[in-house]
Amino acid sequence: MKKNRFAQAVVAFLPSFFAILAGFLLGFVILLAVNPNQAIQGIGIILKGGLNKGMSGMGQVLYFATPIIMTGLAVGFAFKTGLFNIGASGQFTMGAFAAIYVGVVMKSLPPAIHWLVAILASMIAGAIWGFLPGLLKATRNVNEVITSIMMNYIGMSAVNMMVRATIYNKLKNESLPVASAANIPKWGLQEIFPYPSMNGGILIAVLCVMIVYIVLEKTTFGYELKACGYNRDAGLYAGIQAKRNMIYSMMISGALAGIGGGLLYLSGSGKYMKVIDVIATEGFDGISVALLGLSHPIGVLFAGVFIAYIKVGGFNLQLLNYDQEVINIITAAIIYFSAFALLFKTKIQSIITRNAIQKNEASDQKLEEATMESEERPMKEGDSQ
Amino acid sequence: MRGLELLYFLVQQMMYFSMPLLIVALGGLFSERSGVVNIALEGIMVIGALTSVLFIFLMQQFSIMSGNGLLLIAFLIAAVAGTLYSLLHAYAAINMKANQVISGTALNLASTPFAVFVGRLATGTVIGRTVQQIPFKNQFRITKVPVLGDIPFVGSLFFQNTYITTYLCILILFISWIILYKTKFGLRLRACGEHPQAADSVGINVYQMRYAGVMISGALAGIGGLVFVIPTSTNFNASVAGYGFLALAVLIFGQWKPWRVFAAAIFFGFMKTISASSSSIAILAQLPISSEIYKMIPYIATLIILVFSSKNSQAPRAAGQPYDQGAR
Repeated sequence: MKKNRFAQAVVAFLPSFFAILAGFLLGFVILLAVNPNQAIQGIGIILKGGLNKGMSGMGQVLYFATPIIMTGLAVGFAFKTGLFNIGASGQFTMGAFAAIYVGVVMKSLPPAIHWLVAILASMIAGAIWGFLPGLLKATRNVNEVITSIMMNYIGMSAVNMMVRATIYNKLKNESLPVASAANIPKWGLQEIFPYPSMNGGILIAVLCVMIVYIVLEKTTFGYELKACGYNRDAGLYAGIQAKRNMIYSMMISGALAGIGGGLLYLSGSGKYMKVIDVIATEGFDGISVALLGLSHPIGVLFAGVFIAYIKVGGFNLQLLNYDQEVINIITAAIIYFSAFALLFKTKIQSIITRNAIQKNEASDQKLEEATMESEERPMKEGDSQ
Repeated sequence: MRGLELLYFLVQQMMYFSMPLLIVALGGLFSERSGVVNIALEGIMVIGALTSVLFIFLMQQFSIMSGNGLLLIAFLIAAVAGTLYSLLHAYAAINMKANQVISGTALNLASTPFAVFVGRLATGTVIGRTVQQIPFKNQFRITKVPVLGDIPFVGSLFFQNTYITTYLCILILFISWIILYKTKFGLRLRACGEHPQAADSVGINVYQMRYAGVMISGALAGIGGLVFVIPTSTNFNASVAGYGFLALAVLIFGQWKPWRVFAAAIFFGFMKTISASSSSIAILAQLPISSEIYKMIPYIATLIILVFSSKNSQAPRAAGQPYDQGAR
């Protein structure tokens, strides 16, 4: 039984593996086209990713992975429940603003819990931003893809406006620095990963991964959400309140993305919120992470680390005068090829089931022979009597 | 500006914003009517704008060509580039039966980094300054169309400070309507989006029709990218500012019908005009409202409109479902 589950996991991962391979191949072709002399060295740097700089590099990977694991978890969670939350960017931005606001303004909070309150604020802000697309989808059947994209733009402008009105550093056109107690504790991680921005955010992200896993796999609530995702009518028939669940699902998804925003801007890395008309890229990275991780929480964790890993490789790629955008092209190509997963999966599954059928046929034959023998025997016995 | 002058200005501006929405939403219409959801419109716009602006940039840099002749060739290049890029989506959605939203998202994700990449490469090698913005000189504005521009009122509204692309887009609207509703091809295309099995049973090649739908959408979205960039900017900055997604909203608001899509595009274009020119309209500039509020207006309007137009959605029934000949 256990072996079977392992085999299933491998089968589930195989398409992603091929997709990754194809993506790197395309990346290599681009490197070759730009500068053939250094292409092999270049692809080597991408593959070496975070390991180029040892443990410090891995710290950088975890630092980059933290927010995109959260947005990936957000998108993946919504996927599992049958919704496409392309609005993780807006929810992420809202969460980031709420966290920074608490971090800058509420200095009277006890230092021990200041950061925790800020993270909670980011969670709530993200949930609010996810609520509206969920509500409109549930009550008015409005396509959540379109609404959450609109919410991205509204969120971007709203946050710019709020930053300017409340926590604005006019000289630098960005948010004010947060109180030091609002930064997430490092919990000694910087000892293991000597990267200056290393902080405890990754542990919180892993905690969220575990919570989402437990909710989806081990609770009735998670089961209901997934049931509606697979087949809404069947869910309704089973007495599940599909509409209510849709709203909850978008709120949870938004909350996860919001926490991602909080984790990034409370990392103590000297990152401030810029007042510019650009949508947060972390949300779109989240889509890649979720698709690559097959929307499974554990898969998302690995996919987030993987994408951060090749991103760090991309930074190092600039040493060879290659453009780091190559990495984003590779990532998009991986997603494109993993969209073929359905075909791969059915192909692989059909091979497996064919084998199983053959096995079954074989065992059926044995069974038949055995029963025939046993049926023959009594007759013989009867004959002899 | 006040009175008539303001009206002329607003209508002229509105055309700059409405035309890309119209043409891209029409593209989406062809694709969805054939049964393929094309969320990649945004990415295709980026690719269309990239290739055509790059072409204009090169032609102007080396003074090979200029003026509206150049714009027309760029228009064709944008269409071809969009078609080619959309083939990736068609292949994934039709042959590989992939999830259409995922494959579309992948094309969107790939387009911007690719545009940044090519932009830096081109500016770096041609003008020796590596930036992602591809600059161009806007020599394409028609101050006044001969004869028509002199008509009182109407002339000032529609035939002054305009672009040749505006009229091409209107022409494409007419042609689209004729193709969809007055030709055999249009009927077959629509059948494939409503009930592909039925279409197949009377001998229509569903795969071919869907390829046609997606490729037309690619051509139109590619053109939309160019039409968006030319009047509103003097460089292409690897982005079309979410217009591909807005066009999807226009398509839904327009209920997948060409003339309604046209009306919806005009409406959104007007909203966008208000938000973009709030600082130059005296009445709006005096109000104590921050510029961010105006920036939000088109998107909030989209949300409100969608709330009222989605309940009775008339989306093509088979849109988004891969066609499987074996299915019943």
